[in-house]
Amino acid sequence: MTYSTFEIWLIIVILGAGTFLIRFSFLGLIGDRPMPPVVLKLLRFTPVAVLPGMVAPLVLWPAATQGVPDPARMIAAIVTVAVGIKTRSAIWGIGAGIGTLYLALWVFAIR
Amino acid sequence: MTSSTVKSPAKSAYWAGVRDGSPFILMAVPFATLFGVVATDAGLTVAQAMGFTVLVIAGAAQFAAVQMMMEDAGIAFVLLAALAVNLRMAMYSASLVPYLGAAPLWKRALVAYLNFDQTFITSVARYEARPEMSVQDRVSYFLGVATPITPLWFIMTLVGIMVGSAIPEAWALDFIVPIMFLAMVSPMLKSLAHVAAAAVSVIVALALVGLPSGTGLLIAAGAAMVTGALVETWMERRKA
Repeated sequence: MTYSTFEIWLIIVILGAGTFLIRFSFLGLIGDRPMPPVVLKLLRFTPVAVLPGMVAPLVLWPAATQGVPDPARMIAAIVTVAVGIKTRSAIWGIGAGIGTLYLALWVFAIR
Repeated sequence: MTSSTVKSPAKSAYWAGVRDGSPFILMAVPFATLFGVVATDAGLTVAQAMGFTVLVIAGAAQFAAVQMMMEDAGIAFVLLAALAVNLRMAMYSASLVPYLGAAPLWKRALVAYLNFDQTFITSVARYEARPEMSVQDRVSYFLGVATPITPLWFIMTLVGIMVGSAIPEAWALDFIVPIMFLAMVSPMLKSLAHVAAAAVSVIVALALVGLPSGTGLLIAAGAAMVTGALVETWMERRKA
């Protein structure tokens, strides 16, 4: 790394300010003015529209295996989703997913 | 219900948030530690690494920025890449408006500072399930969810800087984040429209995985939101 101290702090401060402005943007500017129904309808899908796409490449091509598909991780992902849907609880999904991951990693390691 | 024996609603909303945010300690502790280790290895001072964690407070973007700094990328590229990773949070900001738009500006600013994946998804799931919540309760709940995560995020970064030793590969830390996110989103797949949106999100994100940081995800998310809204409209018409 060859940046000067000033440059490093410049990166940190701009990144901090930029990230805050992104997070504040709509919430700060719109406030309690009404939004068009069609926009509200679109926004209701934000969580299910962002997270699956964010996670999918990590499940199929994990960085830890240099992008080689890993059965243990895939099984853990499937169990997490199944338990999450079935129990309607994130906590059960997390527990089942992490448990399955370590179990599957162990099984595939001794095989 | 008599008010003398029951905690005020805002207070109980706050503690409900603390409870629902607690599982994310599992994620915040190892990743904040890892960031401290990586940032120190990259050559950042203690103050700079902590500056990142406190001012940016967004794991993925912090890692992306430090990674590019290690490669001596131009400052503009470092900023663009890391901010692109965070652009999804503009969608989070917009979708909080119907729930929190009526809160005072300083509270909205505080929520904005703490608006990351875990706090956002957990809170919106609660707001959807309980439409009767007051704006004050919603703010309290959001701050409650952030309470167990945020201080630990700061403290464990510092621990990572001080300890400076890598976390064993056998912990498969890389996959704790995907599991957490999948567990958070699965309970929200409650209609055909939601399932369709999630499927489009996955397909488009995989197809566009080669695009620079975050841009493929933004397109995938946009396409998924439109899909969800269209399927929902179609189902409402069919029912009518």
